[in-house]
Amino acid sequence: MYRNRTRSLVACLLATGLLAGCAGEDGGVQSQKLSTITGRDKLICGVEGKLPGFSFVAPDGKYLGLDVDVCKAVAAAVLGDPEKVEYRDLNSSERFAALASGEVDLLSRNTTMTLSRDAPGGNGLSFAPTTFYDGQGVLVPVASGIKDLKGLAGKPICVESGTTTELNLADRMREQNIPYTPLKFQTSDQTFAAYLGDRCVAVTSDRSQLAGKRTSFPDPDEHVLLPVVMSKEPLTPATTNGDPAWADAVRWIVYGLMQAEESGITQANVDAKLAEAKANTNQADLRRFLGVEGDFGKQLGLPPDFVVKAVKAVGNYGEIFDRNVGPASPLKLDRGLNRQWKEGGLIYSPPFR
Amino acid sequence: MAPVPPAEPASASATPPTPPWWRDRRVIPWVVQAVVGLLVLLLIAFLLGNLVRNLTAAGLLLSWRWLQQPAGFDISESVIPFNAQLPYWRALAAGLVNTIRAVLVSLVGATLLGTLVGMASFSHNGLLRRLARVYVEVVRNIPLLLQLVFWYFVVFLTLPNGVAAIQLPGVVLAKSGLYIAGLGEGLRWVGPTLVNGVWQSPLRLSVEFGALLTGLIVYSGAFIAEVVRGGIAAVPKGQWEAASSLGLSWFATLRRIVLPQSLRVIVPGLNTQYISLAKNSSLAVAVGYTDLYSVAETTLNQTGRAVEVILVLLAAYLTLDLLISALMNGLNRLVQIRER
Repeated sequence: MYRNRTRSLVACLLATGLLAGCAGEDGGVQSQKLSTITGRDKLICGVEGKLPGFSFVAPDGKYLGLDVDVCKAVAAAVLGDPEKVEYRDLNSSERFAALASGEVDLLSRNTTMTLSRDAPGGNGLSFAPTTFYDGQGVLVPVASGIKDLKGLAGKPICVESGTTTELNLADRMREQNIPYTPLKFQTSDQTFAAYLGDRCVAVTSDRSQLAGKRTSFPDPDEHVLLPVVMSKEPLTPATTNGDPAWADAVRWIVYGLMQAEESGITQANVDAKLAEAKANTNQADLRRFLGVEGDFGKQLGLPPDFVVKAVKAVGNYGEIFDRNVGPASPLKLDRGLNRQWKEGGLIYSPPFR
Repeated sequence: MAPVPPAEPASASATPPTPPWWRDRRVIPWVVQAVVGLLVLLLIAFLLGNLVRNLTAAGLLLSWRWLQQPAGFDISESVIPFNAQLPYWRALAAGLVNTIRAVLVSLVGATLLGTLVGMASFSHNGLLRRLARVYVEVVRNIPLLLQLVFWYFVVFLTLPNGVAAIQLPGVVLAKSGLYIAGLGEGLRWVGPTLVNGVWQSPLRLSVEFGALLTGLIVYSGAFIAEVVRGGIAAVPKGQWEAASSLGLSWFATLRRIVLPQSLRVIVPGLNTQYISLAKNSSLAVAVGYTDLYSVAETTLNQTGRAVEVILVLLAAYLTLDLLISALMNGLNRLVQIRER
């Protein structure tokens, strides 16, 4: 980025004799955030930090998970190295303030996209494409014999404060006129500790989070997800409204992961595909997507081959899903809504052109 | 070398020459104060300007309309009636009442505990004396948050539930709460009863409230004990000796002679402890008690109105602490030695 700017400055100086003036770079990319990140040579990514499958610290001290892989893909695309990420664990109450104040560049922390969080008059976030379509569920002990929301009447329910979960719970219970007591905790650890301490007969959160947390319970099989889905929870990475160019860069890096799956480009074959694209001038779509021709990267303020770098680092969207939360992982979640659109899911990348 | 001019004759009798204004003792303090005052004003202006500029840029200039919007979340326990359709200001009010309830009860509890332990430090019984020391040293050297989490997760959440609950006449202590007998329907005396595996009684305190109270009382009690000990130690030894020469017992000496005199040392220190207690109550969110801070946090998240919500919080805690301070200063005036 810095080098690009110097180069364009030089070009500008050379061209001053011919042109009236040079307003900014000729890609039109003016992102404070992008220059900050490249200057610091590190991406600061806000994550949950204690949620198996999405973002958690493995025994060897490395961060793992679907949300973490999004951070890595962005770091790889922007800086060329998926390890140039500094992770910040944020609880649900801290996350928006941390993003708004610039403490983190990117929030990849199982955050539900909602109107009030997106709107400039609300939290003023700018959402990237949804990386996980989720819904709110309820986890109860098998021994309690509870089968539906009615079974929770008059009982205490553990919930994390400051989440959409808290509001959805209130709405659903009010709709069905079921009295209940919400017990609110600041962190998910406290919430689940209180549930495991039998203080609540149920704990409510996103279904993926419940499934993830359940894997760390002493006896995961003693707990069951109720068949109710209380809400839509599109979990989405976010940046601030303040820097549209940075938001666009993140958006298209994530779309790149999704398009890579659709185009059959994987971590294993991305190099072969790149060679194929370079050799065959007829593969226009592939050549543009992988940055062999055209200037998509430049338009976003990214390197031309940002998709190649991202996919090489973490694989395509399907690979990320399978590795972290799919049937082979401890979470054993179905692709469900998160299938590609061609297979009836909601994962859909707009065209790269 | 030039000859040294003769020294001017010292005018001992005449008035000293008036110094220039920048060395005038009457002017200097004014100048210094004006400069300091100006700097403070500039700093405040800079901070405010910065706030307004950035909020305007983010399109988030102060607005209070959200206070009237329905809150949309529930509160687990509230003294004043509350439900999710009521506006945010009602939710904040319910949180404030919960905070005040916790502060008042733990204030009384901590004072009683602290006074007893402070007195015990002067006991003739060595065991009691040492126990008091151990309590104070252990409790005041462990962070309060840690203690709250300990009381809640280790002590209260390991209580038995249902039939196995701890049952005393008129009182039942279970994992779901403390159930106390009281006047029920038709002014009949109703004790705790087990209905479908759930205890019910006219008076119920949640374990979250219980854990917060226990934590605050035990923690503040240790500090108050030290304040009381200091106050008692400040009473001259002769008072003890005089009292015992009159044949007063240890307890009577303490109660009638020493404690009343020590109050004037204790009360200012107590004021500080009460204020800390009120502020410490905001840790309630760690144990799931819905106090003002907890409600404000949810409100902040739902409305995105960070500055306004923090202003409400600041104002509420400041008012609470100033009130406590004012009451304690009044008490302080009562116990001071009156000049006769």
